[in-house]
Amino acid sequence: MKWRNSLGENFILITGRTVKQATGLHKGKDSDAYRRATALVEMNAADMARLGIGEGQVVRLRSATGQVEMPAHTGTVPSKMVFVPMGPVANSLIGPATEGTGMPSFKGLTVEIEPI
Amino acid sequence: MLRIINGRVYDPTHGKNGQIEDIWVEDGKIVSAPDVDRAQAQIIDATGLVIMAGGVDIHSHAVGSKVNAARKFRPEDHYGSTYERTSHTRSGSGYTVPSTYITGYLYAKMGYTTVMEAATAPLLARHTHEELEDIPILDMGVFVTMGNNHFIMECIRDGDMEKAKHYVAWLLNATKGYAIKVVNPGGVENWKWGRNVQELDDEVIGFGVTPQQIITTLAWISDELGLPHPPHIHGINLGRSISARTTMETMAAIEGRRSHFCHLQFLSYGKQPGTLHRSEAAEVASVVNMQPNLTVDVGQIVFGPATTMTSDAPLQYGIHQRTGNKWINDDIENETGGGIVPIRYSRHNAINAVMWRTGLELFLLINDPWQVFLTTDHPNAGPFVHYPQVIKLLMDRDYRAAMFERINPRGRKGALLPELEREYSLYEIAIITRAGTARALGLKNKGHLGVGADADITIYADLDDKEEMFSHPRYVLKGGEVVVVDGQIMRELQGRTLYVAPSYDPGIEAHIRQHFRENYTISFDNYSIFREHFPRRGMIRCP
Amino acid sequence: MKTVVENVTCTFCGCLCDDIIVEVEDNRIARVQRVCANGRGVFIDYDPTPRRPIVAGREVEWEEAVSEAARILVQADSPLIYGLSSSASEAQMKVVELADLIGAIIDTTSSVCHGPTSLAMQAVGEVSCSLGEVRNHGDFLIFWGCNPAASHLRHFERYSLKPKGRYIPNGRKDRYMVVVDVRPTASAKMADHFIQITPGADFEVLTTLRALVQGKEIEAGAVGGVPRIGLLELANRMKACRYGVFFMGMGLTMSGARDYNVRELFTLVAELNQYTRFSVMPMRGHGNVAGADQVLTWQSGYPFAVSFARGYPQYNPGEFSAVDVLAREEVDAALILASDPVAHFPRVAGNQLKRIPTIVLDPMMNLTSESAQVFFPTGCYGVDAAGTCYRMDNVPIRLREVIAPMRPTDEAILGQIIEEIKRC
Repeated sequence: MKWRNSLGENFILITGRTVKQATGLHKGKDSDAYRRATALVEMNAADMARLGIGEGQVVRLRSATGQVEMPAHTGTVPSKMVFVPMGPVANSLIGPATEGTGMPSFKGLTVEIEPI
Repeated sequence: MLRIINGRVYDPTHGKNGQIEDIWVEDGKIVSAPDVDRAQAQIIDATGLVIMAGGVDIHSHAVGSKVNAARKFRPEDHYGSTYERTSHTRSGSGYTVPSTYITGYLYAKMGYTTVMEAATAPLLARHTHEELEDIPILDMGVFVTMGNNHFIMECIRDGDMEKAKHYVAWLLNATKGYAIKVVNPGGVENWKWGRNVQELDDEVIGFGVTPQQIITTLAWISDELGLPHPPHIHGINLGRSISARTTMETMAAIEGRRSHFCHLQFLSYGKQPGTLHRSEAAEVASVVNMQPNLTVDVGQIVFGPATTMTSDAPLQYGIHQRTGNKWINDDIENETGGGIVPIRYSRHNAINAVMWRTGLELFLLINDPWQVFLTTDHPNAGPFVHYPQVIKLLMDRDYRAAMFERINPRGRKGALLPELEREYSLYEIAIITRAGTARALGLKNKGHLGVGADADITIYADLDDKEEMFSHPRYVLKGGEVVVVDGQIMRELQGRTLYVAPSYDPGIEAHIRQHFRENYTISFDNYSIFREHFPRRGMIRCP
Repeated sequence: MKTVVENVTCTFCGCLCDDIIVEVEDNRIARVQRVCANGRGVFIDYDPTPRRPIVAGREVEWEEAVSEAARILVQADSPLIYGLSSSASEAQMKVVELADLIGAIIDTTSSVCHGPTSLAMQAVGEVSCSLGEVRNHGDFLIFWGCNPAASHLRHFERYSLKPKGRYIPNGRKDRYMVVVDVRPTASAKMADHFIQITPGADFEVLTTLRALVQGKEIEAGAVGGVPRIGLLELANRMKACRYGVFFMGMGLTMSGARDYNVRELFTLVAELNQYTRFSVMPMRGHGNVAGADQVLTWQSGYPFAVSFARGYPQYNPGEFSAVDVLAREEVDAALILASDPVAHFPRVAGNQLKRIPTIVLDPMMNLTSESAQVFFPTGCYGVDAAGTCYRMDNVPIRLREVIAPMRPTDEAILGQIIEEIKRC
């Protein structure tokens, strides 16, 4: 399937812990606080400008495994890198391959990004 | 009630050398023959069999932080040694570093019922006690490392021996320990600066005290507190060619006070032309022979795989450098350090050959078996499951000579061992594996078969092949319960932890609290271990 | 009635800060002091009200839930036990006993966290220390692939960067801190020097540092996005310090070469000890994941990804690790202790838990318990359940009951399940 609006640019996805994700999980994984804290992507400001993505605009991330939508925010990430907090939203992009170690590719996965 | 009939009893504590006698057991203890109701007793027929008290191992690295780090470190050690679960025993794995349940079963199957954990850092003592919950059958005690302890070194620096004494008493209570362990005093602290010590009067960096001061202070404290076992000393220079000299100097420095020198084989080397150390077992043995207050365990090399693990962090770094093998190091704040390096001893290796005969020479040249005990410093010189091989080497000089002929020729050169024809008797073996160790540990109810003793009893077939005999006892009883029959674990029991609780001036706590605030990363109030923390395993206060 | 409980241990992360002060009123936590933002919820957001367990969506009595859990596990051909890292060692000991009894595969959150670190340690060793050595000696700190400002909020203040120690009398001023990461994090802002590296280039950069430390010359102008001159300066600073400490995290274990990244770092640290004293410490994430390693190791011989299916323990990450066995559909039942794999696993693996009968023990409902066949609402370790926990440096710390327990502990329920299975 070819995306109509895909610019064909690859980004490196990093997932990890944030304070809001941690405080959100204490409220419950079905809480608004947790959902908000784990369904977002931090992007480099120049990349957002180039792709025409506004602050808070919903974007679609796609990997070889799956795709998911979330709002994009400016963050301190270098160009061509994006950060999504660890959690079920990020994990819909990550495949189960562990290369014999038990550890999936939680960091360094290639994704495509499309503004919606 | 249980009655063991017609066995040949070897009980050196009571001078029994194979006489045929009944042994009566009730409520976990050995009792005298009852006046009534003999018919009610369950009988074990020990006709033609040899009876000894359960083995008492005075030095083994069996549980705790360092041992568990070694288990995690060495999956390759476990793959070939796996043990299936049964209806009443747990599964496990490991050869030089067996998992906890397997450790209990293997010791019990070998007829050992009491084992002393050779070293625990005080900060990590809680881990040791947790693992003890998962060691079946064996009674165990824990030696607590103190030879590089900051609080103690400060007291020595300030000349305040009383304060040091109260701190040591407090520390033994806090850690539920059994004895004071000293490992490379001052050297492990110096390793935090990348250095070591090599003479008894070297300075410990940052404290200005000497290894000799640390050792003599702890020996004095041990006597003052009336501890059942004296300071258990892994001396300076382990493995080096100056070790025999500094060992003998240490023995002289401590003369007059009780002391125990562990795995003495590793500390009995001297210099000779060339790169090979020489055995100075004869010199060291003659010092031991002149100091009746001193006991030792040998730490005999067994050819094959081993895992070196000690609190002697700079030593472990040295082993890593020499062998190139993978290396674990762990510096422990304010208290001690340690390291782990896998190793393999080969009879083809000249150095290992010299080490092997040094240990045997110590056994054969120390005259009084009540002063010299059988260990392999498990797993540093070899796994404990090979104690029976060492017994055979001591009892059978032909076997010993045959093995000597097969070691590296360079390692045989100039050896004293072929001239030593002494053979240990069963009586003497009973001393070096249970009666003597129990006495040196101050365990009044262990190591013998007199009335009042714990009914820890091992019954062996009387075989010519002593390795076979001691590997496969016919029966093993622990606290009066039959736990092993012909190599099968019959039932799993909880063992008990033996600890001391010397009294101390509670005023010391304010000083210790301040020490914690200034130097530790854990609260003083979260440090001490209480019996309630470990409800599954009985704790016995000694003496 | 109000009581103040001091020296309480927070179990959120591997720091296990044990200086927390909790005010308790009528057996409820009213106030918590000294705890960080991540840990606050452990105390404040926990509702200790006893709840009944849930089986197939209905509330039931405890006996019925225990029977159902036992039935599921006994009937399974290939059960999986997973989690462990947010419960005390006493519960961990029980769950390994259960795994041994039923021949289960048992894995801990290590496999998706510091499992690669354990693999590296097993391959090349690990030169480490307790946190107090960092306090008292550490004059050069390098945080590689980890972000304490987000994950271990009091680490800098309590253990590494700020505290004064015996040989660090001026605290922060006596230390030099470097952060190495693929992006500038909040931790990087606190560093004396931040090194940004290309994602996936850790192995090359670490190999280069090893060569530079050994005095070899590098031809490349830059490695992994870092100029050669920067790497040379780092190598020289490392050799010149008195007691250096690396802290490492998911940046190494989760990317590219995984355990090989960590091997390279651990080898670098071992080699640095030829020049000065150096240690490395993994930043353990959960409060008792270090304990999970310890307990599984002392009972089986291996730290994670263990199978008891043959009646004795086998170890093989990749074969017996939870993500792999779930993705390959090799398990037909699961017991999850104190963990939420549906939230934290790749979706394919997490979703498999929704298709097989799953038993969950946890103080709170989570994404895994929502689709579980059996849910046990047990006590929360360190809050209303006492026990032992292991810090990131493997120091064991006692947990207290801060409030009187009204719920059964994980340990108690696991014990009941074991007894029920033995009766079957």
